[in-house]
Amino acid sequence: MSTIETTPQKVIIIGSGPAGLTAAIYTARANLAPLVIEGEPSSTSDQPGGQLMLTTEVENFPGFPEGVMGPDLMMKFREQAARFNTTFITEKVTKVDFSQRPFAVWVRDTKYTADSIIVSTGAQSIMLGLENESRFYGHGLSTCATCDGFFFRGQEIAVVGGGDSAIEEATFLTKFASKVTIVHRRDSLRASKIMQDRARNNPKIEFKWNSQVTEIIGANKLEGIGLVDTVTGATSKMAVTGLFVAIGHRPNTDLFKNVLDMQANGYLLTRPGSSYTNIDGVFACGDVQDHIYRQAITAAGSGCMAAIDCERWLEAQH
Amino acid sequence: MADGIVTLTSANFDETIKSSATPILVDFWAEWCGPCKAMNPVLAEIAKEQSGKVIIAKLNVDEHGDIAQRFSVMSIPTMMLFSGGEMKKKMIGAKGKPQLLAEIAEFIPTKS
Repeated sequence: MSTIETTPQKVIIIGSGPAGLTAAIYTARANLAPLVIEGEPSSTSDQPGGQLMLTTEVENFPGFPEGVMGPDLMMKFREQAARFNTTFITEKVTKVDFSQRPFAVWVRDTKYTADSIIVSTGAQSIMLGLENESRFYGHGLSTCATCDGFFFRGQEIAVVGGGDSAIEEATFLTKFASKVTIVHRRDSLRASKIMQDRARNNPKIEFKWNSQVTEIIGANKLEGIGLVDTVTGATSKMAVTGLFVAIGHRPNTDLFKNVLDMQANGYLLTRPGSSYTNIDGVFACGDVQDHIYRQAITAAGSGCMAAIDCERWLEAQH
Repeated sequence: MADGIVTLTSANFDETIKSSATPILVDFWAEWCGPCKAMNPVLAEIAKEQSGKVIIAKLNVDEHGDIAQRFSVMSIPTMMLFSGGEMKKKMIGAKGKPQLLAEIAEFIPTKS
């Protein structure tokens, strides 16, 4: 396959969640005309706009006292970036070469080059990793509660996980389901206090503690799940027609293996208090380098840092 | 259908699918589904580029749940390709244009 060459850029931003789009707004306003390779549609959080595309009401983003829908918020971020001369490519980066300048980024057979790169590829939900899992997607197993909750009206379903996203999904799903059981491998939740209280006070939510999903049961669609007790080792079955998984995230860093320094868990390493990676001219921001805070507002803040670091670094090159 | 995309409803679904000589790609969607919105530009581009070879249609599952139920839709977006009045392919989940085109390629007449 022959390579298609493109006009050299000052900066390429890979990823388009709150971090990438904030970096776009700032670099665009600094006249760097950023090229954002925003990803491609998917039903997981690995899509343009990122994890907020799968959420409903965001209540903790400053400036929206009434709350704002996740996808609407990301649409506004994108419009704001577009207003200041940002170019978008709605595809996924397939390969990078940061070994020399200009840096190169491929989307299949098209090669893009730039003096600097901002990596903001975010993180995506971890799935259960069960053998027959993929067969049940769209047949009772879902990666997107906001998309699919509607189809479980009056039914009994389960949510796996114990963090904020699990509790948020469970609470949302009670709008449709008759009963939502939160299956968690420990005996307490990691979720924030306010989310926990909401779940505990919801009469449709029940908890199945110290339990891990080991099996999905069903012929053509999901009919139940197999569980193992993480303390006693006892196995059991639970009849549910829907299963929503929210057991955590992993960073989207496969592209950068052996290229950028990362922690053992795959998150990119940045120089403390900055967005500098181990390669001069390559910056990282948002969840791809943050496994601690992982909020839209912290991602946006670090996107702004990356844009400013990038702008100053580019200036210093002359 | 100003943008070349057909709106399907409970009332016109069967007739449209049955009477179409051109393959129809139906996107089952709803207002509250983020990934469904992400499919809109992809579908609009395909409608334009593959005009005459495939018809792009949309069915709102919130308003026309009976059709969604008949085809056992439990996740959106779901896209189905109908040809000769029959469902030939069911695709679950949002995807980019290259993948979507690859998945429906065998049902679309090649350029003459």
